[in-house]
Amino acid sequence: MWEYTDKVKDHFLNPRNVGEIENPDGVGEIGSLACGDALKLYFKLDENKRISEAKFQTFGCASAIASSSALTEMVIGLTLEEAAKITNEDIATYLGGLPKEKMHCSVMGRDALEQAISDYRGQKTEIKEGRIICECFGVTDLEIERAVRENNLKTIEDVTAYVKAGGGCGNCHDNIQEIIDAVQGKALPKKPQPARLTNIQKIKLIEETLEREIRPALKKDGGDIELIDVNGNHVLVKLRGTCAACKASQVTLKHYVESKLRELVTPEIVVEEV
Amino acid sequence: MKTVYVDNNATTRVAPQVLEAMLPFFSENYGNPSSMHSFGGDVAKKIKVARTSVADLIGAAPEEIVFTSCGTESDSTAIRAAIHSNPEKRHIITTRVEHPAVKNLCEHLAKNGYRLTVVPVDCDGRLDTDALVKNLSDDTAVVSVMWANNESGVIFPIEEISQAVKERNIVFHTDAVQAVGKIPINVNRTGVDMLSLSGHKVHAPKGIGVLYVRKGTKFSPFLIGGHQESGRRGGTENVPAIIGLGKASELAAEHIDEENTRVKGLRDKLETEILKRIPHVIVNGDRDHRLPNTTSIGFEYIEGEAILLMMDALGICASSGSACTSGSLEPSHVLRAMGVPFTSAHGSIRFSLSIYNTEEEIDYIIEKMPPIIARLRQMSPFWQDFIKKQPAAVE
Repeated sequence: MWEYTDKVKDHFLNPRNVGEIENPDGVGEIGSLACGDALKLYFKLDENKRISEAKFQTFGCASAIASSSALTEMVIGLTLEEAAKITNEDIATYLGGLPKEKMHCSVMGRDALEQAISDYRGQKTEIKEGRIICECFGVTDLEIERAVRENNLKTIEDVTAYVKAGGGCGNCHDNIQEIIDAVQGKALPKKPQPARLTNIQKIKLIEETLEREIRPALKKDGGDIELIDVNGNHVLVKLRGTCAACKASQVTLKHYVESKLRELVTPEIVVEEV
Repeated sequence: MKTVYVDNNATTRVAPQVLEAMLPFFSENYGNPSSMHSFGGDVAKKIKVARTSVADLIGAAPEEIVFTSCGTESDSTAIRAAIHSNPEKRHIITTRVEHPAVKNLCEHLAKNGYRLTVVPVDCDGRLDTDALVKNLSDDTAVVSVMWANNESGVIFPIEEISQAVKERNIVFHTDAVQAVGKIPINVNRTGVDMLSLSGHKVHAPKGIGVLYVRKGTKFSPFLIGGHQESGRRGGTENVPAIIGLGKASELAAEHIDEENTRVKGLRDKLETEILKRIPHVIVNGDRDHRLPNTTSIGFEYIEGEAILLMMDALGICASSGSACTSGSLEPSHVLRAMGVPFTSAHGSIRFSLSIYNTEEEIDYIIEKMPPIIARLRQMSPFWQDFIKKQPAAVE
């Protein structure tokens, strides 16, 4: 059993500010069902441009709910400039600490807040920039770099605790270590740039990757995938078997199929289901 | 606050009769069973009685029983003994839903030069026996398949698998830790070569396990030391625990009918009422072929640790297949192997009953679960999205 502080338990069992705000000034949404936790954060501003109301909806464990509840309490009364300075450490500290393995819940709170502020400011959100490093949880190199830098993380285990990267199959551990080394001052070896592919080479490589890497993995779960067409960098596919009926099929498509093709064919690939 | 314990696949209470049987072996009967004097010799005689009781529970002969420290040691000893006794063979077969005691050992062996076949299960947790049989080869050293799954409770067709495995003269091991004491088991009807069981799952204490080794099976000990357990497991016997397991085995044999009638009835009532009172709930696993005490229920759009902790606040002790409870980040490998969608895999709760559970306790759980689920769903963005899309269909 996790050792939660009394404040975490209190915010979990008696969460503050649960719900949705109609016509909010800002909304931030982070996480997914596949990842095991998600947070939707709403806020409204008063005439002085201070946050007058903040509410949340959370899918997740006790610390995810407690972090969300704490965050809403923390931001009420702040200007957006003040709120934007809240770090994940601030959320954890407010709760009297979180188990190390649960620090990603505080990171989720901080990320949702950033998205909500960006939403208010009319900045485009949603699409994560950077290269997906952890395919299991869809975590990019930029997210890992930031977590390492801001929290002075030293090990892969730390990175997993803060942003989940590396917590699944473990295939990305070498890449995470490279990022830790780079941020902590050790040189990152330069990777050779791939040669530009002709259309025929690209289609062939897509077919090979689907056959060799992707289909066997989907088949393990009773699913399958069919290549329908390739239009430039747009790869059109159809999911079959259990994948076709799976509610998390978009996660599979984006976090696994697309990122695998980006890794093994070309980083510009976009996968769409038809 | 009262405690309602429905996590008996994790561990069980020590039966009062078991505790009573054990106590003298901590105090007055503390002799070493290997000693030559009668003070130790008397203890050895009591161990012999306990060995017979355990053997009777699974239809074995007393000399086929090896006392170990736990189920994990039994599993590890069995698989390692099989591969060491057949060094020319480099292939192992197991399933995708094994307990970590088997799963992690097999994966470790695969990293050290063994070829590993991991047989899948279907969406109801039933084993693909055809796939298992197709993968048997002259190079297969051991097949290790659990008798019943600890999370879903699904029972595998051990007799059928055993027949196919033994036709090819391959060592067959089964981890029967969850099955023993809950369903009738007779090793002679199955042809299984080795079987693991654990004391603390059958109302004996923690720290005692058994490996059944069929007479004639090639064996090499994992723990090499003294001549205890006929040289198959060195180390001075954990006498009180062995005596306790002997008593627990006698009680398990007496209670097997109750497990399959009264306990099953309580489990079915709990499951039926939860399904009736709470929308969007699924039962994980084959409901026709499973342990009488186990139900794994997936509550869609919410997360298991949160459910468990709210239950805990009301004194209800169960367990979850969610990622957050295990310290890992992915939900249970068993539920994922069954293809349980993320919508309910993260929110799956396992209720596992024992003969000590009462109808009143089950009524208490039935009363407390709906508001817990409703409260967490009220917080869940996925549930809110879901009901917005189907406003007329659900509450």
